[in-house]
Amino acid sequence: MPSFKAIKSFLPFVIIGLVAALTITIGALLYRAKRVAAVTMSEEQTVAAQATDSVHARGSADAPVTLEEFGDFQCPPCGRLAGSLHEIEKDYGTRLRVIFRNFPFASHEHAREAAYAAEAAGLQGHFWEMHDLLYREQANWSKTKDVQPLFTSYAGMLGLNLDRFKTDMSSEKVKEKVESDQNRGEALGVKNTPTIFINNQSVPPTSLNPIALRAAIDAAVREKKASE
Amino acid sequence: MPSQSKSRVQQSTAVALPRGTVIVYAVVALISLAGLADATYLTVQNLAGETAVCGGSPDCFRVLGSVYSKIAGIPVAAIGTVAYFAVFTFATFAAFGYQRARTFLAVTVFVMFLSTLWFLYVQAFLLHAFCRYCLFSAAITFLLTGLIVATPRRP
Repeated sequence: MPSFKAIKSFLPFVIIGLVAALTITIGALLYRAKRVAAVTMSEEQTVAAQATDSVHARGSADAPVTLEEFGDFQCPPCGRLAGSLHEIEKDYGTRLRVIFRNFPFASHEHAREAAYAAEAAGLQGHFWEMHDLLYREQANWSKTKDVQPLFTSYAGMLGLNLDRFKTDMSSEKVKEKVESDQNRGEALGVKNTPTIFINNQSVPPTSLNPIALRAAIDAAVREKKASE
Repeated sequence: MPSQSKSRVQQSTAVALPRGTVIVYAVVALISLAGLADATYLTVQNLAGETAVCGGSPDCFRVLGSVYSKIAGIPVAAIGTVAYFAVFTFATFAAFGYQRARTFLAVTVFVMFLSTLWFLYVQAFLLHAFCRYCLFSAAITFLLTGLIVATPRRP
């Protein structure tokens, strides 16, 4: 039978050991719960995406790899990724097709208006130019109280018809398009932006960097070749 | 000479502390557990890649996804987890009368206090955004600092 003094001498070690074990266990369980499970689009969802006329796509329709992004124009990580994605698009050329879907968060004050601006520019055939401009100027317009004059000035820079741009920004057609993108994202389980699907397979958030994305695209190209 | 060797022995082994001091160290250990939980949650969030994307509170994501959220590639949250665990360890040993643990505890809490001041400055003046988890951690550190300062130096 150990004495009270002996128990007291090793008790702190037991307490500290227990807390360490508990911290590691809870941390590991939390990590497992938080790790986003890979999502694969069903054939129905893929076909639905292709059938939409108003999809914003850049690159060859016959490209072996399709990268579908759900983005929020006011989200800084989306802004950072936009530059890298542009470089990737240039490097992969006809082997890559990029699709953009709006997924504006309500917590981002001007994200929805920015999505409307991009869609309104799209109605005049300049979606991608506005997309690139909004991401490039994100730091400026994000801090502005009234973004409408800024967005109109961007439309002016792109040579758009400004009256039509302003009318389109508040039109039902533009709102419905943003809504439909968001509904598609929600149906696919999108919770964060950017969320990227490469050939209908979701990319984990830890791989949203140029090196990991290139590796995922390369793997998708190899897979496509092997299946042909 | 005998008194010198006695003091060395007291530093490495447990000595009896007044009940009030033991309670203070036990409270410090318990409070540090709240900080440990907070820092562990943020570390997991970082490892799962959640801080590299938007969702939830935009201010939190602005802070946790900023360049200030890592030191030499190591997430600040992970360093915080180690720091809170160290505080818990030293406070537990101090409560059991280990003299040297009291010094380690005071030094650790002092470093954490200075780090907290820096991160509050970063949030207020450089990022212009406050993350509620970081503010919770700051409150815990201030509380720990207050308790350590208020604890009598000698048993």
